[in-house]
Amino acid sequence: MITVDARGLNCPLPIVRTAQAVKAMSTGDSVEVLATDPGSVKDFAAWSKSTGNPIVEQSADGGVFRFVMRKQ
Amino acid sequence: MTLAEPPVIADRAPVPVPFIAPEGETPTGGLAIILYSGDLEKTWAAMILASTAGAMGTPTKVFVTFWGLQTFVKPGVRITGDNWMQKMMSAMQRPGIAHRKLSQLNFLGMGPWMMRKLARQYGVASPAELMEMAQLLGVEFIPCQMTMDMFGLKQADLIDGMGEPVGAATYLGYVNDGAKPLFI
Repeated sequence: MITVDARGLNCPLPIVRTAQAVKAMSTGDSVEVLATDPGSVKDFAAWSKSTGNPIVEQSADGGVFRFVMRKQ
Repeated sequence: MTLAEPPVIADRAPVPVPFIAPEGETPTGGLAIILYSGDLEKTWAAMILASTAGAMGTPTKVFVTFWGLQTFVKPGVRITGDNWMQKMMSAMQRPGIAHRKLSQLNFLGMGPWMMRKLARQYGVASPAELMEMAQLLGVEFIPCQMTMDMFGLKQADLIDGMGEPVGAATYLGYVNDGAKPLFI
C-alpha cells in the first residue's frame, strides 16, 4: 500500500497529492494518507463521494488524521 | 414581414432546451473557469480550484484571457509583442506566474513576498506548483486568441501544455454543454 504523507501540508495539497497517487495506482489498490489539516476530514469525505473511491479506514491520533482509500 | 402573434402567457409551454453540443458529442459537465485577472490573490484562488477540481475527477478547463494570460507567459520571457505599444505594455507589467502582484497591500512587492513566506510556513502550495499539479491532473488551460493578438503574444511565449487558442464562443460552448461557469 502506498502512503501519501501530507502532514504539515495545507489545502488543497493533501487532496491533490492523493489524487496524483491514486491516478498512478491500479483499480483495487489502496492508498494511506496522513494529514494534519483538520479540514481534510470533510475534504476527503467530499473527494471520496465525488470520485467514488471509498474510505475504508479512518482514524485520528494526536492531531494526525489517517485515511485509507481504495481505488474503484 | 409579418410578426407572429405574441404568445399568451398562460398557454406558454415549457421551452425545450436546445441540445447545443456538436453532433456525436454528449454534454460532459465539469467546470469551466475564466481566468481574467492577473492579480496574485485571484491567480492563487483559480489555481487552488483548478487543481482541486482535477483531483476530484471533474473535467476542468480554464479559459485564460486578458491579464490572466500574462500569468502564462513562460519564465524567462520578458518583452513580448510585435509593435512598440505591445512591447511597452509587456515592459510595464512583468509577466509570468512568479511575478504576480497583489491588488491590495502590494507595497512594491513586500505584500507578495510576505504572502509567499507565510504560504511556505503553513504548507500552502504556490500558484506555480498548483498550476503544474492541475496540468498533471488533466486540467486544460486554454489561451484566448483575441488576447494573444492584442498583446502580440505567440504560442511560443506561453508555457508548454496549453490548449489551442480559442474565443469566447468556445468557452460558452463548454457552458452550453453542461460545464459550470466560474469567472475569476
